[in-house]
Amino acid sequence: MSILIYAESAEGKFKKVAFELASYAKKVADAMGTSVTAVTINASNASELGKYGVSKVLQVTNEQLATFNAKGYASVIQQAAEKEGTSLVVLSSTTDSLYLAPLVAVSLKAGYASNVVALPVSTSPFQVKRTAFSNKAFNVTELTTTVKVIGLAKNSYGLNEDAVATSEEAFAPALDSSAFGVKVENVEKVTGKVTIADAEIVVSAGRGMKGPENWGMIEELAAVLGAATACSKPVSDIGWRPHSEHVGQTGKPVASNLYIAVGISGAIQHIAGINSSKVKVVINTDPEAPFFKVADYGIVGDAFDVVPKLIEKLKAFKAANA
Amino acid sequence: MKILVCISHVPDTTSKINFINGDTEFDTNGVQFVINPNDEFGLTRAIWFKEQQGASVTVVNVGGTDAEATLRKALAIGADEAIRINANPSDGMFVATELAAVVKAGNYDLVIAGKESLDYNGGMVPGMLAGLLGFNFVNSCIGLDVNGTEAKAIREIDGGKETVSTSLPLVIGGQKGLVEEKDLRIPNMRGIMMARTKALDVKEPTTTETASKAVKFEKPAAKSAVKLISADNIDELIDLLHNEAKVI
Repeated sequence: MSILIYAESAEGKFKKVAFELASYAKKVADAMGTSVTAVTINASNASELGKYGVSKVLQVTNEQLATFNAKGYASVIQQAAEKEGTSLVVLSSTTDSLYLAPLVAVSLKAGYASNVVALPVSTSPFQVKRTAFSNKAFNVTELTTTVKVIGLAKNSYGLNEDAVATSEEAFAPALDSSAFGVKVENVEKVTGKVTIADAEIVVSAGRGMKGPENWGMIEELAAVLGAATACSKPVSDIGWRPHSEHVGQTGKPVASNLYIAVGISGAIQHIAGINSSKVKVVINTDPEAPFFKVADYGIVGDAFDVVPKLIEKLKAFKAANA
Repeated sequence: MKILVCISHVPDTTSKINFINGDTEFDTNGVQFVINPNDEFGLTRAIWFKEQQGASVTVVNVGGTDAEATLRKALAIGADEAIRINANPSDGMFVATELAAVVKAGNYDLVIAGKESLDYNGGMVPGMLAGLLGFNFVNSCIGLDVNGTEAKAIREIDGGKETVSTSLPLVIGGQKGLVEEKDLRIPNMRGIMMARTKALDVKEPTTTETASKAVKFEKPAAKSAVKLISADNIDELIDLLHNEAKVI
């Protein structure tokens, strides 16, 4: 009966999205008169979830699931949902959860709504508001199946402490060999740098930087803010920056708290990819650049003049507020 | 290798998005439709398999007659034949169910779909299709090689990439990286002429069952005008970000 969340972890520690999902699910559970159950895979410190409203934790410990495997993880979530008789499964929008969500939906014969940005519009009928048309619109979707799966959009709800007593239970679902048809051979991960997916702040730059040799100040600005670096499509296309930094409609989506665009004019495809960011700052020499229409704060000026000053002032600010 | 490439017929990325009929329907008036970009990367890779490894490539769309122009474009780029399931693609589960029926009937062993479409951004059809068919599945795929029935794929992960080995039958949720932008093809006159004579089969849907429905659409609230700050007054920007926006 309870609402089920999959509380994601990395190297045994919960990701921030696990707590965000718990916060969201608790609020929905209160409205529906039920409680929240979490399923975890190879995570420790299950009790941390109680702080955000999780009453019961199903703990799966399984060597076969040491690396992410969409079918295997989806099967765990399906079996947890069936065991709990849950009618609503809440997942996140990490790359892994986006991967497994449709598999979970099929196995539970459930309707699935992704990119959900707010608490349900209504719980009966079950209607949620989600982004569509690459952030250019919202869409209210009704899930008409008995069991429902929703994916909460990145950074759309936040954390809300609502501590409850938590019970922990070891859970050992049986896994079919067909769940292991995709084997991880090799993982290349940037270490020591904030990723665009996890970043609270993203500093992004475009052709206005004139050449790859000028990115030092962008990296320095990002370092001062603890931010990830990103770039516009033309910059990745001409090879000034790696593809992994390309953000926009056909690149990575950004949903940070603060997005700083330096020397990016703001083509409609770029804006579509970053519009979920809460606060947008633009620095551009051209006051007619389309980015000024969507930004919250703007400076008309040359990046080569503004960015170094901004770095210096931010360093002073950080020192004063440390 | 028999490849099926799933094609969504979506508004061009520069389209103005508006709604009609009390905000319940997308306004197609004046909108240019294209092959969904994530699908086009997959289609181009499929044609590479055709040319290099002798695969056959069928494209499929669930949609109305207006989608046929998009399927013809896919044929002009190099697909061998096209199938259109004559139905409104209103719900991801419905579309996946219809596509699964096509895969079973045609014995395809590699299915490539975009990881999401640029209209509804559901991101669910490839995964649901894999789930319904019991095929192996790689999502957010940015590289794919097939040798016999063995496949090697690269998947984008948060903060990096992962190489996986798997086997056919396989469903791929594709995106940029399967091929690069410069590898995308513009149909030439010969391709366009040939596309006219290639088969485009229209089939009726096998089910009417759906799992969701769109109730209504909303446009984001108009945002207030940008606050301009002088380049000589960076302190003001920092103050606004700290005290007003509360993001630093």
